[in-house]
Amino acid sequence: MSQYRDIIYQGLWKNNPGLVQVLGLCPLLAVTATVTNAMGLGFATLLVLVASNTTISLIREYVPKEIRIPIFVMIIASFVTTVQLLMNAYVYELYQSLGIFIPLIVTNCIIIGRAEAFASRNKVLPSAADGFFMGLGFASVLIVLGAIREVLGQGTLFDGMDLLLGDWASVLRIEVFHSDTSFLLAILAPGAFIGMGFLMALKHAIDAQLDKRHKAQPVIETEPVVETESSTS
Amino acid sequence: MAFRLASSPHNHSGSSTSNLMRTVILATIPGIAAQWYFFGAGNLIHIVLACMAAIITEAVFLKLRKQPILSRIQDNSALLTGLLIGISIPGFAPWWISVMGAVFAISIAKQLYGGLGQNIFNPAMVAYVMLLVSFPLQMTTWPPVSEITGYELSLWDIFNVIFTGLTLDGHTAHQLMQNIDGITMATPLDTMKNGLAMGNTVAEIQTKEQFSWLSGLGWEWINLAFLAGGVYLLSKRAILWYIPVGLLGGLFVISFIGYLWEPDSVGSPIFHLFSGATMLGAFFIATDPVSASTTPKGRLIFGALIGMLVYIIRTWGGYPDAFAFAVLLANMCVPLIDYYTQPRVYGHK
Repeated sequence: MSQYRDIIYQGLWKNNPGLVQVLGLCPLLAVTATVTNAMGLGFATLLVLVASNTTISLIREYVPKEIRIPIFVMIIASFVTTVQLLMNAYVYELYQSLGIFIPLIVTNCIIIGRAEAFASRNKVLPSAADGFFMGLGFASVLIVLGAIREVLGQGTLFDGMDLLLGDWASVLRIEVFHSDTSFLLAILAPGAFIGMGFLMALKHAIDAQLDKRHKAQPVIETEPVVETESSTS
Repeated sequence: MAFRLASSPHNHSGSSTSNLMRTVILATIPGIAAQWYFFGAGNLIHIVLACMAAIITEAVFLKLRKQPILSRIQDNSALLTGLLIGISIPGFAPWWISVMGAVFAISIAKQLYGGLGQNIFNPAMVAYVMLLVSFPLQMTTWPPVSEITGYELSLWDIFNVIFTGLTLDGHTAHQLMQNIDGITMATPLDTMKNGLAMGNTVAEIQTKEQFSWLSGLGWEWINLAFLAGGVYLLSKRAILWYIPVGLLGGLFVISFIGYLWEPDSVGSPIFHLFSGATMLGAFFIATDPVSASTTPKGRLIFGALIGMLVYIIRTWGGYPDAFAFAVLLANMCVPLIDYYTQPRVYGHK
């Protein structure tokens, strides 16, 4: 069980794809202007990540080492196409507002990174779990950043949620404060970079606090390090 | 007999950051006075607001960073940043514009980079660009010269416009920007840009009431006043001549070429030199010792680059004036400029 605990810890916190590996910055910065967009892209990425990790783990014995990357990319591309068609069919307006960033999930470095670093070396269940929690870690960063930018930029939360969840969800819209002038910086790309920087700083601050508390107590158990990786993007 | 050995420099002029900043602040007084005379007291209120916000933010951040607060604030650098923001914000803009700008400048552009001496971008200009990009409507509320509007606004009226958005008689800032005929008056640079876009010639545009003998009515005197302050700074050796000369030279040369090429569709060199923020930028903003280039040749290149970028953005860009963008773009080039303009060490090849 400790293996799964470690996968959860790695995906959601220690090796968070958004905050620590800093992978997939392009969609992370581009679509997080509102929570709805962030959630849509986050869940699409999550879905692709779980599916591709599972598949690649299943076929890992049969893939020749020399041509593994093209094969991984083809598998990922087929899942992305599936997700794209599904979104086109069921959440058409969200599909339109995310635009090019759905097909661009293919090039998201997190997915190929997890395929190469984890799924091609581990059994099916751990690989699927890794995909799920890495995807969840990425999606949560997207959603938090989207929430910050949406509140600062237009003073609302969950605006346009009905595009993602159906008509009933328009009641979720919260108006935090009313303003006639939107704060464009938060909505535009620079706001995403600044917000991302603050999130990373916050994570470092929390880690430093935890370290301090950890050092104050005697160390009881040390977590085994399952894998060390350096993925590039 | 023992000699006490100290490391160089052995001869010190006795100047300090605090004195330098105070000299620069003093030198802005003629320009501020000219702004006050032509555009009313709006800028004075914004200067006070921005300076207070800048100093409070600086104190909070120094406290958070566990650094000495009082001695660092007395270096007057936060005060100068606030002052420059207050000068460059339009006089009828709401109060939170200058407060937000000053807080952003000190917190994000200065302290997050490591405080005084560490920032790679000019904090006041980062704040100005942030405001211009985020709040384009509020950032274009430059008051027209009182000769055009035909009435004088009292200090209390301007105070009310800035803090409540309405004068005592219930006029909004945009109503105050109209002339006697009820036409909204843009700044000369803006009028020039829109006029050229509509296919008028420069000569036709310059017959409008905002224009005067050098550039825009009022703006020419403000620029001359900042030029006078800049000359004072040069005479006090608070700034070196390289950046202002490079900047004004670069702007003059490129606008002169453009003027020779198409005199009907671009403003004259004189118009560019005395419009908008040219003189304020050349002597007070581009000469920021932290974010500018540091070698003599590099400073000339840095200044010329800003001058040319100002002309390019004014002529072909989306905004009427371009100083903040030009300074930030040139700030990005500083490491490269400094790398290639290292002065030859005496004795080396």
